[in-house]
Amino acid sequence: MYFQVHQPTRLRLYRFFDIGKDSHYYDDFTNRTILHRVAQRCYLPMNRLLLDLIKKHGGAFKVTFSITGSALEQFDRYEPEVVDSFRELAATGNVEFLAETYYHSLSSLASEGEFKHQVEKHVKTIEDHFGVTPKAFRNTEMIYSDSIGRMVYSLGFKTMLTEGAKHILGWKSPDYVYTDPLENRLKLLLRNYSLSDDIAFRFSDRGWDNWPLTGEKFLSWLKAADGDIINLFMDYETFGEHQRESSGIFDFMRYLPDVVLGDGSFEFTTPSAATRKYKAIAEIDVPDPISWADEERDVTAWLGNELQQDAFNKLYEQSEKLALLNNPVLWEEFGHLQESDHLYYMSTKFFSDGEVHRYFNPYNTPYEAFINYMNALSDFILRIDDAVATSGQEPVRKPVKKKKTK
Amino acid sequence: MRVLMFGWEFPPHIAGGLGTACYGIVKGLAENGVQTIFVMPSASGDEDGSVATIINASDVPVVSTSSSVDDFVNMVKFMKVGTNMIPYVDPEQFHEMVEAEKRLREESTEKHVGEKFRFSGKYGSNLMEEVARYAMVGGTIAMEHKDEFDLIHAHDWLTYLAGIAAKELTGKPLVVHVHATSFDRGTEDMIDTRVFDIEKRGMEAADKVIAVSDLTRNIVINKYGISPDKVVTVHNAVDFSGRENLQVERGLKDKVVTFLGRITFQKGPEYFIEAAAKVLKRTDHVHFVMAGSGDMMNRCIRHAARLGISDRFHFTGFLRGTDVQKMFALSDVYIMPSVSEPFGISPLEAMRSNVPSIISNQSGAAEVLKYAFKVDFWDVDAMADDIYALLKYPALADFAAKEGYEEVNRLKWNHAAAKMKKVYESVIK
Repeated sequence: MYFQVHQPTRLRLYRFFDIGKDSHYYDDFTNRTILHRVAQRCYLPMNRLLLDLIKKHGGAFKVTFSITGSALEQFDRYEPEVVDSFRELAATGNVEFLAETYYHSLSSLASEGEFKHQVEKHVKTIEDHFGVTPKAFRNTEMIYSDSIGRMVYSLGFKTMLTEGAKHILGWKSPDYVYTDPLENRLKLLLRNYSLSDDIAFRFSDRGWDNWPLTGEKFLSWLKAADGDIINLFMDYETFGEHQRESSGIFDFMRYLPDVVLGDGSFEFTTPSAATRKYKAIAEIDVPDPISWADEERDVTAWLGNELQQDAFNKLYEQSEKLALLNNPVLWEEFGHLQESDHLYYMSTKFFSDGEVHRYFNPYNTPYEAFINYMNALSDFILRIDDAVATSGQEPVRKPVKKKKTK
Repeated sequence: MRVLMFGWEFPPHIAGGLGTACYGIVKGLAENGVQTIFVMPSASGDEDGSVATIINASDVPVVSTSSSVDDFVNMVKFMKVGTNMIPYVDPEQFHEMVEAEKRLREESTEKHVGEKFRFSGKYGSNLMEEVARYAMVGGTIAMEHKDEFDLIHAHDWLTYLAGIAAKELTGKPLVVHVHATSFDRGTEDMIDTRVFDIEKRGMEAADKVIAVSDLTRNIVINKYGISPDKVVTVHNAVDFSGRENLQVERGLKDKVVTFLGRITFQKGPEYFIEAAAKVLKRTDHVHFVMAGSGDMMNRCIRHAARLGISDRFHFTGFLRGTDVQKMFALSDVYIMPSVSEPFGISPLEAMRSNVPSIISNQSGAAEVLKYAFKVDFWDVDAMADDIYALLKYPALADFAAKEGYEEVNRLKWNHAAAKMKKVYESVIK
């Protein structure tokens, strides 16, 4: 079981009139309030529960986390207690921490240099916080393609997690280890989205014909799958935040290891251990990026419309100028503006996956999200241009490759 | 000379430009020795009573049920109103409006003789009903004040029925004032025929029609079939008294080109976006702002994104109060690329703030502003040329700003009112 922990650095209402005058882009109050709420509902009680389970079952219960740099910054600032409780989990040795992009960004789709920079920054941050060095990798929103796999391997990772998307698997089962066709030494673990979403999305749905979900029922489904490994990947906020405590989600998790381990057909493992133990059975071709989002399992939740594409292009056009500047403040700002959440808020896919989008979205409309983001980005660009001007170096003008627009 | 004037709104509580214009007119008339009784559907009590006697139609019970008034009411009673009719409203006000309307709905909507009707005086979706009731109450008011005025003056279609009722009941001459027509709100083949009918009735019943520009005068003659000798152009003016230009600290070092108005088809917002993209091909040091809201806003946002200029093209949403002045103060060029604009007061405001303005030939303001740059709304190349020139050649921009400022300060309601007084004199027998 693998859990993703992330909190975006939400922007404040940033008006045109603020451009060039006020360069604080973030809504500290909202970020702090939400973080506090989620810490109370999810992070703290769930970490306690997992720690109890690890103690109870000795080495037999294992879990995996990835925590974004953006989330860790907010923990450090507002809820250091949460970091302590993750540290306790790390100390058990039964928890693997994954590497990812520090800022939960789409840099893997934009620039290899920026991607590499963020992964290294994240690895270092995890080492500093938890004293462990991540060996396996998960990209933002499970985004993966053959070429991203190759980049990941070149950064020293041998295991990567992604989505078991139906359109790439076809008849194949997600419950085996696969490899990247461009880089056979990179092992891939694919999310079993059906079983993962039974917990993450459907658990409290009383209209679901399998409600209520019990440990025994879930075990019977696990047993019905034939394969080497079943990958249950989900947002950590599933526990207590998306699925409220009143839904019984904590009781389900408290009981599940008893049922699974008692049955004896399964063991809990972590990504790096799994890819050591199981051989890859085949290559899997993913020429175009996939993700774990929406029905399409592609990147259209972030880059699906012209607003998102323009924002994305404008943002990454700044890399060149930034590269000329040794300015940590601007680099950090650049990072926060890269959080994929900002683009997600501009999504116009309100019809098929609208419910999920709306749940995660602080803006009333994608247009508002776009205007607000572009205003902040415009101010950021002004700051870069000023810094470039004062540093006396003119950026080398190279045409930047644009994303295809419809 | 005394005039009974029917308006829809009056400062300080205004949603559109009509209230501001009425205030200027009434004040100008006073300076020309014309006394005004100003009737409005819903007065708040804080209107400036020094320039006119204000009558709040919501305070007046219906006593007369002249059959001719009933005819109007019957004619419009069935007209339930869609939002496309709401003439001067932005989405922010819409929610408020819907709520207010719900409250009104809960009260009886049947008309009863001897009862007062509480008008919202806004532009809600029960507008047609309000217009009809306003006609009834208007007739009553005219009868009550029969000996206190020499003629009737009604502003825009909302008040025409009231004007007609007053004329029928008192026999006094009627002047209708056309600030905008249905053709400025819809496209040629998509106008609201119910509004058109009221407009036409008003113009036909009137002894003289005042149009805010020659452009509008031509529409009145050609589209409504009104005899040319009955239609007189009196250009709008603008009242800047008591206004100091704001000093605002600029955040942007680059130049700013601004569009300010409702983002609707009539205002030509997309021509501005196209022109902006052309300018940005030649110079980087400029930002474009589209201030306002409207039914084309989202489409415009997508348009700018598609052209890849979103980091230089900003949307502010609807601006209130001092933010409007602030926006002018931050601007280097103002643009009004309207497809159809009866007059268009905003470039006057911009020029008063020392901002050189580019306006379309299809606006009434183009008839009076010598020092504004004029282009056809569809000619985005010419628009881009003018923007570029104003950004790059300071001598030109300074000249346009200075002369423009002088020019708009010479446009006084006093002069416009003097022309109106002549129109009044021509109808009083």
